[in-house]
Amino acid sequence: MSLTRQDVEKIAHLARLSITDREMPVYVSSLSSIVEVVNELSRVDTANVEPMAHPLVGQRQRLRPDVVAESDHHEKYQRNAPQVQAGLYLVPRVIE
Amino acid sequence: MLHDLSIGELADRLAARELSSVELTRHFLARIERLNPGLNAVITVTAAEALAAAARADARLAAGERAPLLGIPLIHKDIFCTDGVRTSCGSRMLDNFIAPYDATVVAKLKAAGMVMLGKANMDEFAMGSSNETSFYGPVRNPWDPTKVPGGSSGGSAAASAARLAPCSTGTDTGGSIRQPAALTGITGVKPTYGRVSRYGMIAFASSLDQAGVLARSAADAATVLKVMAGFDPKDSTSVDAPVPDYPALLNAPLKGLKIGLLREFFDGLEPRNAKLIRDALAVFTSLGAETLEVSLPHLPMSVPTYYVVAPAECSSNLSRFDGVRYGYRCESPKDLTDLYERSRGEGFGAEVKRRIMTGTYVLSAGYFDAYYLKAQRVRRLITDDFRAAFEKVDLLAGPTTPTPAFAIGAKIDDPVTMYLNDIYTIGANLAGLPGVSTPCGFVDGLPLGLQLIGPHFAEAKLLGAAHQYQLASAWHTHRPRGYE
Repeated sequence: MSLTRQDVEKIAHLARLSITDREMPVYVSSLSSIVEVVNELSRVDTANVEPMAHPLVGQRQRLRPDVVAESDHHEKYQRNAPQVQAGLYLVPRVIE
Repeated sequence: MLHDLSIGELADRLAARELSSVELTRHFLARIERLNPGLNAVITVTAAEALAAAARADARLAAGERAPLLGIPLIHKDIFCTDGVRTSCGSRMLDNFIAPYDATVVAKLKAAGMVMLGKANMDEFAMGSSNETSFYGPVRNPWDPTKVPGGSSGGSAAASAARLAPCSTGTDTGGSIRQPAALTGITGVKPTYGRVSRYGMIAFASSLDQAGVLARSAADAATVLKVMAGFDPKDSTSVDAPVPDYPALLNAPLKGLKIGLLREFFDGLEPRNAKLIRDALAVFTSLGAETLEVSLPHLPMSVPTYYVVAPAECSSNLSRFDGVRYGYRCESPKDLTDLYERSRGEGFGAEVKRRIMTGTYVLSAGYFDAYYLKAQRVRRLITDDFRAAFEKVDLLAGPTTPTPAFAIGAKIDDPVTMYLNDIYTIGANLAGLPGVSTPCGFVDGLPLGLQLIGPHFAEAKLLGAAHQYQLASAWHTHRPRGYE
């Protein structure tokens, strides 16, 4: 199965990725070949096989008590932010 | 020369006060300065911090403290957060990111007295098998500068192979420790899923990622892994199980050990490569191990399974890079969608975008069952094959890679061909199993690796088998010309 340019444009938008016109044909062809490879999975009989999400049998997501365990690091963490004002992250106006 | 000594030998000299950690650190920093321009293995050198850490280690040694890693230098893969030091993950997206804390692996090795010399180049976000997807350019293989060192821990592998450090850290999602270790002639260990904490290790595929070590011998790797491994409440996938004393268990006899030769790994393997693997297995039988052929019928489905599961998880993990909280932001975004799309489109490289889109596709409405759930079902069949094999044998063996190092540029334009390079390593990740690669010979002057895979938490057995092999062979002692 091969993907069309429209398919890839839709995927790119879902993934919030801008793809240039120059890059587009490369993705259309390489994503099509990848889909061809993963389509081989359809040849495997998986009737009555449970999907496996975790590689260790019996391991469960551990929960911790809901108590404050960290101190406030927001100033240090926000030093990596592109734009900050008064402890808030700045983005283009969303609501006019 | 100092850079030829094992970690154990260096520790002995440091303990005897014949050598100081500052001298040792200066020696490796000088090698990095002289040799790294030809390799591009190290992308950030932390000389001042290293000398300060070495001086602290010397003070601890002077006070009488003795520990196996106290004062020993290393290089961290740039996927591990290092407090106050740029942590780029090989990406333009994080070119300006100064980590605000240490990864648990970094903190543990630091507390053990290890001295970080710098950060290693890597495939962008660990997505690649050649180290060519890095924003900082390809890494060259010390055995031949026209060849790739493998990936994604290509910088870590080249740095350890070229003796720019006694060892380095790496991560392995589909072979990213074992494959570059094989292609650069060193030892790489990928532990069991959950054995080493991933806190502060930038996520790629969360059901597969695991941290490990690249070193010049199994014994050195065992010493480092013992300190890295262990439970960490900060990582919800970390397993709460005691860490065996890996170095103390290296000399378990191989007599009676049953090693399964993976039939599927020998299908289509070039005769010269197959011979080296069979020669290596003959060494194991001469040491008392038994070998028998085993078959894992679903193993050939590893590549299609992996290229659904890993991209799906990557598309989810990498959604955090939004141009808002950290990382690259595009110039003059016209609205929020434009900010997201252009920051991500410009900040990520071609392979990362390809994987995010593959993942987005297989998770999208109408395809989730056919791809993602299907792959998770096949993943269980592959895992069951491994479990059945380990009822008959103690370890599995085969080549780490189909071929020795390939030329820079040879596969980068054809992602599917590149993906097939991981055909022998991916299975262990899907099943969460530990694996080791050890050098087992040369083809046309390039190293080849033998891979051993064990049941969950069998690191001691794997490292012990690799160590016994290394005592009976000399492939791991060969040095690339120009890096003596």
